[in-house]
Amino acid sequence: MGAITLERVTKAFGDVTVIPGVDLEIADGEFAVFVGPSGCGKSTLLRLIAGLEDVTSGTLYIDGVDATALSPAKRALAMVFQSYALYPHMSVYNNIAFPLKMAGQDREAIKRKVEAAAGILNLTDYLDRRPGQLSGGQRQRVAIGRAIVREPKAFLFDEPLSNLDAALRVNMRLEISELHQSLKTTMIYVTHDQVEAMTMADKIVVLNGGRIEQVGSPLELYRNPANVFVAGFIGSPKMNLLEGAAAERYDAKIIGVRPEHIELSTESGEWSGVVGVAEHLGSDTFLHVQVDGIGSVTARASGEFSVSHGDRVWLTPPPDRIHRFVASGEAITP
Amino acid sequence: MATLHTRTNARVMMSPAVLMLLVWMVIPLGMTLYFSFLRYNLLMPGMEEFTGFGNYEFFLTDPAFLDALFNTLLLVGGVLLVTVVGGTFLALLIDQPFWGQGIVRLLVIAPFFVMPTVSALVWKNMFMHPVNGLFAWIAHGFGLEPVDWLAVLPLFSITMIVAWGWLPFATLIILTALQSLDQEQKEAAEMDGAGSVSIFLYITLPHLARALTVVILIETIFLLSVFAEILVTTNGGPGTASTNISYLIYAQALLQFDVGGASAGGVVAIILANIVAIFLIRMIGKNLET
Repeated sequence: MGAITLERVTKAFGDVTVIPGVDLEIADGEFAVFVGPSGCGKSTLLRLIAGLEDVTSGTLYIDGVDATALSPAKRALAMVFQSYALYPHMSVYNNIAFPLKMAGQDREAIKRKVEAAAGILNLTDYLDRRPGQLSGGQRQRVAIGRAIVREPKAFLFDEPLSNLDAALRVNMRLEISELHQSLKTTMIYVTHDQVEAMTMADKIVVLNGGRIEQVGSPLELYRNPANVFVAGFIGSPKMNLLEGAAAERYDAKIIGVRPEHIELSTESGEWSGVVGVAEHLGSDTFLHVQVDGIGSVTARASGEFSVSHGDRVWLTPPPDRIHRFVASGEAITP
Repeated sequence: MATLHTRTNARVMMSPAVLMLLVWMVIPLGMTLYFSFLRYNLLMPGMEEFTGFGNYEFFLTDPAFLDALFNTLLLVGGVLLVTVVGGTFLALLIDQPFWGQGIVRLLVIAPFFVMPTVSALVWKNMFMHPVNGLFAWIAHGFGLEPVDWLAVLPLFSITMIVAWGWLPFATLIILTALQSLDQEQKEAAEMDGAGSVSIFLYITLPHLARALTVVILIETIFLLSVFAEILVTTNGGPGTASTNISYLIYAQALLQFDVGGASAGGVVAIILANIVAIFLIRMIGKNLET
């Protein structure tokens, strides 16, 4: 139904090449997340798929059909924008009905579909309101409603949760995941938040400077990052990346070890250092340790590990949890 | 913010302006009302006497009055039609990115800075003149008889001249409204399968509603009192073919020296303008509510 394939797709705005060439395959029904720092080209890539920007070169297939030159409407994709892009002068009902009206469907069918969508999204009581009278989460739902009534081949989400507060974001994340479970339609989701990527995706596409750094399932990326960029981007708090003598001991230019894998002790260990800041979150404690001869290292301890500023601790990185990289950043596979 | 203290202060500080406006409005209005009940002709000074509603009867039963009323409405309606439709079209056009956009925008706005008497004279002598005019030259080029615009189609010609002057105003306001339209809304509509006509009808036009309302209201206020263009081109003629209410009042006062009749005409014009205003606010005023 909604497989999307990109072959050597490039995009340039004038002289500036934003996407130097992307090959990517998204299977039907997959939840793919494009993640990367701002300005990495993830939104541009999404807009290329949507048809809102023209591809400079390369080919885009939707369902095996060449869609490179198709207009956005003909691609049968639905998009949820960061600003939601609701039509302010139309009621919620008319907002959701708009794509159906444009498709020339009859009044009865439109009414049935809009009401069904409103039912799924808990919007039934708000159908007469204008977008301006809704809360952020409700607007988000209207935007999703407008997308699902079209029964598109794939949904495109452009940072849809970035305007919501933290609690609502967690809620909507769940709702979108549940929507994907029940609709089983391909979804492509753009975000700069690696937590959203990790929690929602079947497949994460890590982008940096318009290039794909790595594609894989969340745990694959977590366990075997292909390079330093992915290693540093996936996982929270960030992986500790160390250079110099510490790395040379493991025959690498750079080594990485995740804060949650470091073994902590107040008596002995491989590295010793002084606690700079201890962040007690209750369930966890994050220690920022100034390790002698290495520098700052973040480590996660259990919530009850009671040390504070100035205490000396010992850290031991388990050897099988150390990621090794060459100078250019690629991982050394064992 | 709105404490008792600041409110009192605000009233004190506003009062000079309010008083000034009141004086400037009430005194002329009172004088006009007073004169409209007098038989007051400048050719017979010192013979003023109270005539009751005589002046009103005289003004309203003047066969020129109905002509002038229709001409006023036609002129206002015609100019509104040209400027709103043309202004929307022009604004859509110059909103597109193209080379030399700055210069073109400046040129489009330029007519608004030309004063009405000048623009009317330019049109009269350089465009519409049956011998020297550009239109006559074009007609000759096609082997046609040149049209003596101001003699044959006086009201239409004046509508064109006035519309030319007001088109930039409409364009400017509509252009700024267009630029405030969220691009993502258009993109969303595009994704939803709307073509460019549908996007214009369902997204752009509703967004422009408020700007169009402002254009119509402001233009109506000024167009009800068009005068200079008529004075320098047709002098209201031929006959009363291009006389509007304000020109009729002028003719009454300064060509026939009948101050009383002109004052009655002025009061009638005030009432008519208010009727038009009430209709307009009823029709389109809801667009201004948030």
